[in-house]
Amino acid sequence: MTAAPVPARLRAPGFAARLRSEARVVGELGRRSVRQAFRRPQFLAPIIIFPTLFLAVNTGGAGRAVDLPQFPEVHGFLDFQLAGAMLQSTMLAGVSAAIALALDIEIGFIDRLFAAPIARASFVLGRLAATAVMGAISALWFLSVGLVFGAHIEGGVAGALVVIALVVLNATAFGTLGAALALKAKSASTAQGIFPLVFVILFLSSAFFPENLLLEPARTIAEWNPLSLIADGLRDPIISDLSLRPTLEALGGIAIVAGIGTALSVWGLRSRIQNA
Amino acid sequence: MAGIDLEVSEGEIYAFLGPNGAGKTTTVRMLVTLLAPTGGSATVAGFDVERDAPSVRRAIGVALQEAALDPLMTGRELMHLQSTLHGLPGDEATRRGGELLTRVGLADAADRRVGTYSGGMRRRLDLATALVHDPKVLFLDEPTTGLDPVSRIAIWDEVRRLNEEGTTVFLTTQYLEEADQLADRVGIIDEGKMAAEGTPAALKAQIGRSHLEIVIAEGGSEAAEVVMARFGDPMPSKNGVLMVALEHGASDVAPVVRALDDAGLCVESLNLVQPTLDDVFVEKTGRHLEGADEEQPRPSDLPADEPVSA
Repeated sequence: MTAAPVPARLRAPGFAARLRSEARVVGELGRRSVRQAFRRPQFLAPIIIFPTLFLAVNTGGAGRAVDLPQFPEVHGFLDFQLAGAMLQSTMLAGVSAAIALALDIEIGFIDRLFAAPIARASFVLGRLAATAVMGAISALWFLSVGLVFGAHIEGGVAGALVVIALVVLNATAFGTLGAALALKAKSASTAQGIFPLVFVILFLSSAFFPENLLLEPARTIAEWNPLSLIADGLRDPIISDLSLRPTLEALGGIAIVAGIGTALSVWGLRSRIQNA
Repeated sequence: MAGIDLEVSEGEIYAFLGPNGAGKTTTVRMLVTLLAPTGGSATVAGFDVERDAPSVRRAIGVALQEAALDPLMTGRELMHLQSTLHGLPGDEATRRGGELLTRVGLADAADRRVGTYSGGMRRRLDLATALVHDPKVLFLDEPTTGLDPVSRIAIWDEVRRLNEEGTTVFLTTQYLEEADQLADRVGIIDEGKMAAEGTPAALKAQIGRSHLEIVIAEGGSEAAEVVMARFGDPMPSKNGVLMVALEHGASDVAPVVRALDDAGLCVESLNLVQPTLDDVFVEKTGRHLEGADEEQPRPSDLPADEPVSA
């Protein structure tokens, strides 16, 4: 195809303008994804409803676990379980992100984005922004539920803010894994298939039960499972005064998840672009 | 793809015509930078699709075959998103979105979710999203496939209007009529290769003369065949319809009718059949374009006792 000289609007914008424009695109795609979650209950249910029910059942049914020797000192089992519920919620937020992204690939929505003059990573970044927002919603929800039903947040307001920040970061980290899964699977039903695995990985960590009370080989697996670092870091400001070490360890666990997820996402995005 | 070599001039409507699986969509996906070519080169709006893909994307509007629309978004939200993708500031994005929704007749449905739209509405919305940044070149991949005739004509009208405003249009289609009605030039593609290219008129002229199909009142067929043979080469009759390839084209129609009348033969119906792009397709590939018969029924394809129109 031939054309006349290039008009100004077709010329590549400068770096700063491009950065501003990409930020707007990521924001707009993030808004779209949050709206999508609220308009399609199956995206919201795994993040809020399932973990809440799980929390209710666990707390109600196994509340006497706090009487076990060597169980950490807590006000109640609910205080202990809140971290597990938030971890479960953020992991399922990652699965929801995977399903939503895979749907975008299935219906061809990704082509709309890839045919536009934007960085192709924006497709993933927009979804991650939304997953972060869902993480914040999840943290606020579970802290509120906990407080309403008698949980104590020993770390006070600062502790609650640390929990919220960790949950947001964790949701984003699991969002990268979800993005990698969607880009490779390209099918929502395949992405959905990962759902049960979340529970297996969670139960093999300290999310719902103290690591030192688990039986072998679960105990050893939980020791090496980065989710234990995250669960313990989330739990610490709830059941004790705020301290730096568990928070840093949680950040380390999140970094491991995010590192793996980001590497796999970049790989998936590259192969997606090459084989589009 | 093999041996595709084409050039589309600025301001032209170019139709890529071919059956399913011919390579139309693959070609479009390469031209809109969604698929990297494994060989050869292509420039769109003056930019190389591989080396300068972002500039190509700034210059083009794309409406793909699947009408890739999120059913959970409203029309207005989708327009706003598309405007943001093309770097339009917030206020301008809102104004432009509203303007285009009105233009394609979706202003009243703008705040409804896309999932509630009909097929025609989705196509019009898809077309509107492709226009937010006023593209120099518009790619439409089978823009009317699966649409009812009214929706199809609405899309055609809009494409013509855009072209009159200066937009170059590259469309793929498997509908002969679409290519014939809309395109300045047509490229016929089959099995990944370009089978023929030119204006619809030139392509049809390449393959020969128009022919006349006549139904004569009972008992007069043999005499009519003798009369008709004076005006060109007789063709095998089909289902009682007599056919002759006219030596001088349409100008022979009146003399044929007069001659039949002079011979006392009563013409029940008469149809001048111009060569179609399907005839061109048959000539170039040895087979019919899928769906060509359904699209343009001829008297000879109808049962003998069914009335035919002149």
